[in-house]
Amino acid sequence: MSRIYSCGILGLGSSLPEKVLTNFDLEKMVDTTNEWIMKRTGISERRILEKDVPAHELGVDAANKALKDAGISAEDLDLIIVATETPDYLTPSTSCLIQSRINAKKAAAFDLNAACSGFIYGLTVADQFIKSGYYKYVLLIGCEGLSKITDWEDRNTCVLFGDAAGAAVLGRVEDGYGIMSTYIGADGDLGKNITAPCCYLSCEDIEVRTRDNKRVLWMDGGEVFKFAVKVMEHGTNKVLEQSNLTLEDLKLIVPHQANIRILDGAAKRLGVSKDKIFINLHKYGNISSASIPVGLNEAYEGKMFTKGDNLVLVGFGGGLTWGSALVRWSK
Amino acid sequence: MFEKVKKIIVEQLGVEEEEISMESSFIDDLGADSLDIVELIMALEEEFDLEIPDSEAEKISTVGDIVDYIKSNS
Repeated sequence: MSRIYSCGILGLGSSLPEKVLTNFDLEKMVDTTNEWIMKRTGISERRILEKDVPAHELGVDAANKALKDAGISAEDLDLIIVATETPDYLTPSTSCLIQSRINAKKAAAFDLNAACSGFIYGLTVADQFIKSGYYKYVLLIGCEGLSKITDWEDRNTCVLFGDAAGAAVLGRVEDGYGIMSTYIGADGDLGKNITAPCCYLSCEDIEVRTRDNKRVLWMDGGEVFKFAVKVMEHGTNKVLEQSNLTLEDLKLIVPHQANIRILDGAAKRLGVSKDKIFINLHKYGNISSASIPVGLNEAYEGKMFTKGDNLVLVGFGGGLTWGSALVRWSK
Repeated sequence: MFEKVKKIIVEQLGVEEEEISMESSFIDDLGADSLDIVELIMALEEEFDLEIPDSEAEKISTVGDIVDYIKSNS
């Protein structure tokens, strides 16, 4: 597609619940140990929303921070995209709830569900709107309340997830900077390896769940692990190739944070040293679509990259879906 | 072929070659966990250019199980 404008990230923000749930807390809830969780996941704690607080509260907070960082007002926004697999309502969408709260009167708003790849899917959509000139400012938020669909009696999954939101304001940047390349894909044949039912429950869905609430998240970890390691390597290489760059040109890879073993496995396959891969999953666990923007924001605030540095953002998850983007930092 | 499998097990699980026999159980003798086995299967799939479906992978518990599977499927 022709590119009239270059699209880049103008501002970032993230929001995490205050309540911390450690592995030691989980030892009291299910048959598990801190050591078991650390060895198999690398996660030591996660942030959890209070039961009566909806996930979009995090989205509102992250959005306001990203707008401030970008130096624009909510009224300037043309579009709000929320990537989420845990919307508070099926309708109104989380994006409409946030639009109202931040007072973005002019903005159109919709949600997009590509699970843990949602932020990259959203980035790819936003890029089309901005580079074509159709819109000037798009707010993209990965917003998740996974604790609300977690099976707290299933020790295989309840140790993995947390709640969070991460936001990015996207707009025009100078040529040669910003989003250089994106790549998204899906393999629905593998879809049933991660399920969270909504309006329909199959016998299989009922059978594998331990709780009275059968609409919780369930996952076949082994199959997803294999997929994730391969696709993280493939996605990273794909956007490098599309941008005519190599691994040596990269400053940092900010991957979806699901499991340290996935990141170690992918690093090995890619042949990159681990210090080129941003990691914060020990603090937050798997926060799905919020993972990449929260990670990127943390790396940005930690001054891990500066203007002109090449970054790869890469996600994978339910669907099964994957996505990657090469971003040349523009501010 | 056993030698090739052994080499991959040494690389993946970080165990000594002498510890590995056809009877070794991955979990009980070689200290592997479920994710180690998944990673091992991925490495073997690449080395021997085959796909080990999840239903088959679940049945694998010893080194001999893997060697037999590869023998009859490659």
